[in-house]
Amino acid sequence: MAGLELLSDQGYRVDGRRAGELRKIQARMGVFAQADGSAYIEQGNTKALAVVYGPHEASCVLEIRGSRARALPDRALVNCQYSSATFSTGERKRRPHGDRKSCEMGLQLRQTFEAAILTQLHPRSQIDIYVQVLQADGGTYAACVNAATLAVLDAGIPMRDFVCACSAGFVDGTALADLSHVEEAAGGPQLALALLPASGQIALLEMDARLHEDHLEQVLEAAARAARDVHTLLDRVVRQHVKEASILLGD
Amino acid sequence: MAMEMRLPVPRKPVSESLGRETKKHLVVPGDTITTDTGFMRGHGTYMGEEKLIASVAGPVERVNKLICVKALKTRYNGEVGDIVVGRITEVQQKRWKVETNSRLDSVLLLSSMNLPGGELVRVSGWYCMILGGSKRERRVRDLLLGSDFSDVAISVFQRRRSAEDELAMRGFLQEGDLISAEVQAVFSDGAVSLHTRSLKYGKLGQGVLVQVSPSLVKRQKTHFHDLPCGASVILGNNGFIWIYPTREHKEEDAGGFIANLEPVSLADREVISRLRNCIVSLVTQRMLLYDTSILYCYEASLPHQIKDILKPEVLEEIVMETRQRLLEQEG
Repeated sequence: MAGLELLSDQGYRVDGRRAGELRKIQARMGVFAQADGSAYIEQGNTKALAVVYGPHEASCVLEIRGSRARALPDRALVNCQYSSATFSTGERKRRPHGDRKSCEMGLQLRQTFEAAILTQLHPRSQIDIYVQVLQADGGTYAACVNAATLAVLDAGIPMRDFVCACSAGFVDGTALADLSHVEEAAGGPQLALALLPASGQIALLEMDARLHEDHLEQVLEAAARAARDVHTLLDRVVRQHVKEASILLGD
Repeated sequence: MAMEMRLPVPRKPVSESLGRETKKHLVVPGDTITTDTGFMRGHGTYMGEEKLIASVAGPVERVNKLICVKALKTRYNGEVGDIVVGRITEVQQKRWKVETNSRLDSVLLLSSMNLPGGELVRVSGWYCMILGGSKRERRVRDLLLGSDFSDVAISVFQRRRSAEDELAMRGFLQEGDLISAEVQAVFSDGAVSLHTRSLKYGKLGQGVLVQVSPSLVKRQKTHFHDLPCGASVILGNNGFIWIYPTREHKEEDAGGFIANLEPVSLADREVISRLRNCIVSLVTQRMLLYDTSILYCYEASLPHQIKDILKPEVLEEIVMETRQRLLEQEG
């Protein structure tokens, strides 16, 4: 698109951010009283809601078309479902869940959280994570992972560490962190990274575009730094929530 | 029909109005609790590279050499002797599966249930079977057991479960029924085995169920309370709270299997609704639930209408009053 430069000469992006700057993040835990754990996050204009049920008895019903949830004898089963609201994108979406992208996203979320949740502690049970995107402005996977982390923490399910995610791209020799929809639609390479910050272990790394391997390290580094920044913010939210609940319950 | 609407307002954290600070050490997952290897690790922690790391978010509790982190909200962890209220989810071959807000469904074995009729009594070496479960037979049994036969050895068994009992299981408890029971044993994977071996446990009749977090129910000597306001409450340790009208005469027909379906009077229903709203308001402010706190909240809510109790400003006022009264009472 002529005239739309993702990175200006002075180093500013389309929405005025610097190359490595994140969008404003606001999060809240415990938004639903009826679920075991719930959280809501806003990353810029991307809004995601996550709800966790569990651990509970694994049920042998057909969850999503084709997959059958069965109890595992030595660990808990993690079941993720991703859905985006019909009003979440610019054009109204016809199928909120059950389409290919939602199934793939659900699978990616499941892989991410199986790496982080200590499933050995709860054999034969099932943990359900439902994520819904209310407004999609780029970085939906990252927002979902961050919201789901907070929701799992709210439910009291033991986890190895936070799972913080961020997306990154590459434009004009500079790596950009936390892409918005405009930047994603421009067609450049984009990478999604989910990280366990304390140990630096990667839970999931996903990219489906062409990127020269010389640039990979730079982009990965930018994504990792952004994920650590996200961790700082989420950590603050969780500590505030725990402190408040602790005061209310009394010493 | 009158409708009330209100706009969203920023929520003010309640802890500010309390003005208290917490002295506990709070951790989040991934935090290192200690690098000292001399400690034993308890719940909520795991060992990683010579360090003890927290796996849930909450305060650290240290008892001598044991460190554990207590999560704010968990599913119910069964302990022997707890009273629970549960819902039957499945009827299997010799047992029922009961949902008790825990990680795995609890189990109620057919042999752990007091079946109406057919108690086997052994009197000084002789077995005699008391058939039937009606009042007269129960009186005979109580007489035998209660009287001062000091030279006679008496023990009571439940009769062995037969195939007819198995087939009749659905007649006792079906899917969707609510029961009150006590925890008999805990299996190694955390599943809980229940029993209803006393007359005060059994199928629950008419009433209201409130589901709260198990951490908000205070452990007490007794969990069955008859409140002076006119209703009775069962505070299940698993967070299920059952509010029901107090029966004037205690009938114990058939050990609590026949649900009493007499119509409940309007006064009783109002008391029960008010109690339910009071419990919900206490839970939103994360106060511990026990008979005194529920009663004080009920009394504080009397000036308001039942449906107004859940409005945010009324809720805060009532719970603040309850909190003050409880503080005064303590000391």
